[in-house]
Amino acid sequence: MAADNENILEVRNLSLDFGSPRGRVHALRQVDLTVPKGRIVGVVGESGCGKSTLAYSIIRLLAQNAEIVGGEIVFEGQNILPLSETAMRGLRGRRMSMIFQDPMTALNPVLPVEQQMIEIQYRDSISTGEKRKRAAAMLGKVGIPDPESRLDAYPHQFSGGMRQRICIAMALLVEPALILADEPTTALDATLEVQIINLLKRLQEDIGCSILFVSHHLGTVAELCDDVVVMYAGEAVEVGTVRDIFRNPSHPYTQALLECDPGRIKQKTRHLPTIPGELPNLIDLPAGCIFRDRCPHAWERCAEEHPPAYEAGEGHFARCHLIEEPERGRGTS
Amino acid sequence: MSVEAQIGSTPKPETGAFRQHLRQLSKNHLGMLGLVLVLAMVFSAVFAHWIVPYDPYQIYTGPRLAPPSTDHWFGTDHLGRDIFSRVIAGGQVALQVAIATLAAALSLGMILGLIAGYGPEWLDNLLLLIFDAVRSFPVIIFALAVVTLIGPSLYTVILVVAVTSIPIYARIVRTQAQSLKHNEFILAERAMGAGPLRILSVHVLPNVIGPLLILASMDVPLVIAVEAGLSFLGMGVRPPTPSWGTILNDGYNYIRNSPWPVIAGGIPIVIVTLGFTFLGEALRDIFDPKLRRDL
Repeated sequence: MAADNENILEVRNLSLDFGSPRGRVHALRQVDLTVPKGRIVGVVGESGCGKSTLAYSIIRLLAQNAEIVGGEIVFEGQNILPLSETAMRGLRGRRMSMIFQDPMTALNPVLPVEQQMIEIQYRDSISTGEKRKRAAAMLGKVGIPDPESRLDAYPHQFSGGMRQRICIAMALLVEPALILADEPTTALDATLEVQIINLLKRLQEDIGCSILFVSHHLGTVAELCDDVVVMYAGEAVEVGTVRDIFRNPSHPYTQALLECDPGRIKQKTRHLPTIPGELPNLIDLPAGCIFRDRCPHAWERCAEEHPPAYEAGEGHFARCHLIEEPERGRGTS
Repeated sequence: MSVEAQIGSTPKPETGAFRQHLRQLSKNHLGMLGLVLVLAMVFSAVFAHWIVPYDPYQIYTGPRLAPPSTDHWFGTDHLGRDIFSRVIAGGQVALQVAIATLAAALSLGMILGLIAGYGPEWLDNLLLLIFDAVRSFPVIIFALAVVTLIGPSLYTVILVVAVTSIPIYARIVRTQAQSLKHNEFILAERAMGAGPLRILSVHVLPNVIGPLLILASMDVPLVIAVEAGLSFLGMGVRPPTPSWGTILNDGYNYIRNSPWPVIAGGIPIVIVTLGFTFLGEALRDIFDPKLRRDL
């Protein structure tokens, strides 16, 4: 079990359904994901592709109508899916913690920051003065000037970027092995985004924890992450290192996604490129490849056979038949 | 409330906000009048023992149904008792009932509301059903039923009013808890491993308690009026214990002989009701930003 010691988190074959009045929505299907110790793994994909659902299913804060129908989540060598709610509560805020999308709502508006930061240390048997000191030290670490005097301020007295720093400080305060970051920069403007990304990177190097970074922004993922998982309509369509994904994208969806990134467009144009077509219906799934309808290379095999995760290189996998039959790709594109 | 005032209060936000609220209250003339009336009532109730010139229970052989005089400020009743003393002592009873009732209704309503709002859906539905069942009885009919079962007393009044007001508070807390439940900071707290009890006590309760206390202060006159009403009907405080309701009832029986007992029993009810209402409304205007007009 040498691999387990190196990997903080392994998600294997995870499938999740949402119950809805129109039928079961198969929101995650056979997702595989590995977060090695001390690395930052990015999960990218468009809205509704299941990337946040993946993060929430790892920490098990899912909506009531969600049901995990298969697979396992191995966290620090232990499958946490069969764990009771009480046992999960023991992991949350101790071994794993989370940073949320909107810092404006992620702090309790009626309590001073100090009280909230002391309160989350309720498991530690140290004095309140000690806890306060730790909170102040952590605020200093995330770049809040004069943390001692800012501690007794209320959340509304901080700006959005400062609040996200406080949220990050709170997530780090418990010294977790894994931090789940659910689009922590989406609600911030571009300047703050860079600051928060640099902060996360620096803190991760300091503390040595692993981060699962969920984002729809390719730029931040390229900047921050070591490994990337590209998700499309509830599937992990491509997995690899940042270099693999951005230099040598093997799945047509990843290729299309990169072409759409405004930061990567070289020539002057008045049109932003888009991926033609629509997302497939996740209640009544089509057979074969999930990206087939929007794929420029699709052929008969794609309609019949669901592509397994082919190895495109070392540690680089993509769910596309093109990897087995590369000559098909050249003809159409 | 001005922006500068907010910025100015950065170093110690809590006291700053408190002082600011106090300043706002002092500008609200009706609120100040309410505060004075309420304080006067509380003062007279607390120090009733030293204020009353005569023993409110003692039947004197002096004049009966006497009009107000320098000896008896509010006159005497049909048994020759000093009405002023009885009004003061009745205020004590009224305040006792109000405090006991509201404390019971608030705490139980809060707990039930939190359970309904945060707990599982079936429990929520069950509690709502019970709340609605209790609310569907008119208070007086409910009181009549309870009085026939356990007999009239001060405690019956407290029980009846508390039971009928629990659903009001519980419903408000439930709605608040439900809207807070899906807030991201509650989710963030759960991501930190907090259990339901911790979330409810540390995060939901402070968000709920402010509006609830204001509501309770506005309900004080209601409780006092119900106590007086039930006592007047003979279903509340039993004679000879003085209560504004029993004073009214006694006076009502002898209204052809003298109007003074009825006037003396009615005026404190009006004054106290007005006082608490003014104060409650002023507090609501200050603390409830949605109803604030001068922002």
